[in-house]
Amino acid sequence: MLSTTASFWPLAAILIPLLGAVPILLSDRRPNLRESWTLLAGLGLFAAVASMLPRILGGEELVFTIVEVLPAVPLQLRVDAFGLFFALVASFLWFFTSVYSIGYMRALQEHGQTRYYASFAVAIAATIGVAFSANLLTLYLFYELLSLSTYPLVTHEQNAQARASGRKYLTYILGTSIGLVLPAMLITYALAGTLDFAAGGILAGKASLPVVALLLGLYVLGFAKAGIMPMHAWLPAAMVAPTPVSSFLHGVAVVKVGVFSILRVIFDIFSPDLLRSFDLGTALTWFVAITIMAASLVALTQDNLKRRLAYSTVAQLSYMVLGAAMLSTAGMTGGMLHIAMHAFGKITLFFCAGAIYVASHKKYISEMDGLGRRMPITYLAFFLGALSIIGMPPLGGFISKWQLLIGALQSDQSGLVVVLLVSSMLNAAYFLPIIYRGFFAPTPEGEAATGLQEAPVFCLLPLAVTSLGSLALFFYPDLLLRLVQLAISR
Amino acid sequence: MMQNLPLFVLVAPLLAALFVNVLGRLGRGWVAPLVLGSLAFSTLAAVGVLMRVLSEGTIRYTVGGWRPPYGIELVVDPLSALMLLLISAVALTASFSALPTVERELAGREHLFFTLYLILIAGLIGLAITGDAFNLYVLLEITSITSYGLIGMASGRAPLSSFTYIIMGSIGACFYLLGTGYLYLLTGTLNMSDIQAILPGLHGSFALATAFAFMLVGMWIKMAFFPLHGWLPNAYSLAPTGAALLMAPLMTKITIFLMIRVMFSIFTPEYVFLQHVGFQSGIVWAAAIGIVCASALALAQRELKRMLAYIIVAEVGYMVGGVWLANTQGMTGAILHIVNDALMTLCLFLAAAAIVYRTGNLQFESLRGLYRKMPVTMAAFTVGAFSMIGIPPTCGFFSKWYLIMGGIEAGQWGYVVALLFSSLVNAVLFFRLIEIAYFPAEAPAHGDGHHHEPPGQRQEAPWRLLHPLVLTAIALVVVGLSTGPLVDIIHLALPAGF
Repeated sequence: MLSTTASFWPLAAILIPLLGAVPILLSDRRPNLRESWTLLAGLGLFAAVASMLPRILGGEELVFTIVEVLPAVPLQLRVDAFGLFFALVASFLWFFTSVYSIGYMRALQEHGQTRYYASFAVAIAATIGVAFSANLLTLYLFYELLSLSTYPLVTHEQNAQARASGRKYLTYILGTSIGLVLPAMLITYALAGTLDFAAGGILAGKASLPVVALLLGLYVLGFAKAGIMPMHAWLPAAMVAPTPVSSFLHGVAVVKVGVFSILRVIFDIFSPDLLRSFDLGTALTWFVAITIMAASLVALTQDNLKRRLAYSTVAQLSYMVLGAAMLSTAGMTGGMLHIAMHAFGKITLFFCAGAIYVASHKKYISEMDGLGRRMPITYLAFFLGALSIIGMPPLGGFISKWQLLIGALQSDQSGLVVVLLVSSMLNAAYFLPIIYRGFFAPTPEGEAATGLQEAPVFCLLPLAVTSLGSLALFFYPDLLLRLVQLAISR
Repeated sequence: MMQNLPLFVLVAPLLAALFVNVLGRLGRGWVAPLVLGSLAFSTLAAVGVLMRVLSEGTIRYTVGGWRPPYGIELVVDPLSALMLLLISAVALTASFSALPTVERELAGREHLFFTLYLILIAGLIGLAITGDAFNLYVLLEITSITSYGLIGMASGRAPLSSFTYIIMGSIGACFYLLGTGYLYLLTGTLNMSDIQAILPGLHGSFALATAFAFMLVGMWIKMAFFPLHGWLPNAYSLAPTGAALLMAPLMTKITIFLMIRVMFSIFTPEYVFLQHVGFQSGIVWAAAIGIVCASALALAQRELKRMLAYIIVAEVGYMVGGVWLANTQGMTGAILHIVNDALMTLCLFLAAAAIVYRTGNLQFESLRGLYRKMPVTMAAFTVGAFSMIGIPPTCGFFSKWYLIMGGIEAGQWGYVVALLFSSLVNAVLFFRLIEIAYFPAEAPAHGDGHHHEPPGQRQEAPWRLLHPLVLTAIALVVVGLSTGPLVDIIHLALPAGF
């Protein structure tokens, strides 16, 4: 049985990176000190999150009330299995992203690095805040904080293209959260009198089919960070940001905060039972299936490596919502697991794209012929990451896709099985040629055909860790599985 | 001593106005201590009044021992105690910043400026606590006439805009006075609670309805309720910086408070909402249309203060609509928004004052690269902007929350949509500015991935302008997080019947 304990640790986990931004700003003129703060905050955050693990596995939930703001809706943090699952993945990957950032930003002699590291620290604090939110209002607060803290990262380049992308980013992310999520939240509050995330939902018996359908629509489209079509266009545009931002925020934190929010709402505001009784789960699966297919097809046509990865992300995010929308145990397990599996795979791919850019200043796949022979470590890691996304054993992505397939079969949705399989083939079709060209295509005229030309070790180390992580998750998925099972069974 | 506390709040700036005028002629050094000292005293006394009202209930004070209904009665209920504190605290904070800007813009005339300035504050304070319908008119004119003077002190087109304001303001005052005259003819008294006690016998009277309509429209002109807002944008954007700092946060908000007074302390909720059922929903719709139009007009501005002026007009629509929703949530939201909007407007105008101090004007083009030049100012400005957009945990989010909840409860979907639309427009307005200020004046040189920092030309505003600004920005978050206790106070302050 679950027991609830008051604890300061959830707040501490958020405060460590949030307050870490202060010494980062103050060490503006001393880069080494500044990056030490980032790494220290990263370690501290991961330690704080990991320290809560035994108690969550023991069936506890940790609660911290920050302040009572609205009747029956305090700003409150609560760590449960699902939240911790997400926070663990995010904080682990943040540390390695920070290491990677040092290699990437220094190798390119980027400007505005202090602003960059400070914004990054606030962004991860907001991400952890979303993971640990006990109610929808608190989640909304951190969701907005994340949108705002990532704006300076998207517009980092400070040229016309970055400005346009930043505008698009805010229009989609902030526009939908104010225009769709806020009214949905207010209607939910007016109906239920609370916004708490509760097993079994808070809307059961309080809303009719049209209202529930409307709310579900508002939430699914309103959490535009999840990139469900037609709310996806900000993600490819945001690729103008430095690659560590793309890898961590637009491969892991920001986009998965969107998915996490949608999953939270499905599980703990509506509850699977309610959606099943109105048969809205099936409708949602087909809605996101469109995104899966369309985004995969568009990814095929992209020559810019980062944009191809972005469209791949759009498709993969919908896998997670798809799994949750199946409303079966296997489907939900698959959807939640895919958050972690895709995170490790996609961050590896982005790290590799950044490493290629650092080492050779190449952005387009058509220029990368023969590059794998000069950057074998990077390309090997890319290979592993790609296999994980495609869903091949022995990589983590296989496990979540397998669960999704079982979920589709269990719910007698053979159409979804087809979608999943075709999409996997499309994944293979847009990833494998990159690797083939890297290793086997002839080197273009005027470029050195042999000799190593790898990115700095600060870039290589993180991508090695995350790619091996993808591999390890296939063999040792027990911890994540236990957290997911705890989350589903409560 | 303690029972004279409400009077102390009022008298301190009034006396100081006298001394500023006399001593300020002898030496400029007298101005700042008198202004800040009297307002600090007022603020402390206002804290005392609020605490006393919360523990002991409404204070009734008869000036000079003349008993009501003949003498003038001061009534300090929880709502007016809250207004007292708001006015004196905002005025005090604004004054820190007003002093250096006036020194620069109106050198040699500081004592004249601050005489009017302090009388204006005394008038506002008087408005918060008066219990007499005619006295309210007198004080309203005191605040208006001092405002005309303050606005007219600036050069350029300011006297003209002041003149427009005089015309509009006088019409508004006449309307209110006419209404009061009708009431006096009908009831034979000017004391608010006295009128309220007599009125039930007059329900259904056409003359009474006329009186109510006159008073209401008079208030609307004074608060710049769309489409009666024509005087406001010019008046606020052309006024001396120091005057705008005081008027923008307080004038419209206090007039909203006066509307609440007229509606529920002279008239009653039953009269206002039940006798004129059709009007209630019509006024909410008017507010909704006003919000949308004023937001759209704000989009068309290319100067910061003018943009803020149109936002103020939109915010007036928020509060009028909230009051006329006729439910607890809407009323709570409206009163909460009086407090919050005063603070966020103060924050943004303080930021504007700091910017104009360094750049000389507030055209959007002059704001380019300002994050690098004035990082502290812009950080505080950003907080104020977030509050206007309504991003938690800044206070703007929470009053909007109550207002929208009230709209949903009342089924006023037009108003709900207008509020959401205005939030989105505010997001566009402020992020457009943030984008301009975030990107440097000249694009950084782009080599192959090599960028170089432009030479650091930090040119922050002087600390006298910065401290009140930073303090207000922090207050926006603190007040936002204290929404719970604040709403508890507001629930005490809700007019009878809610």
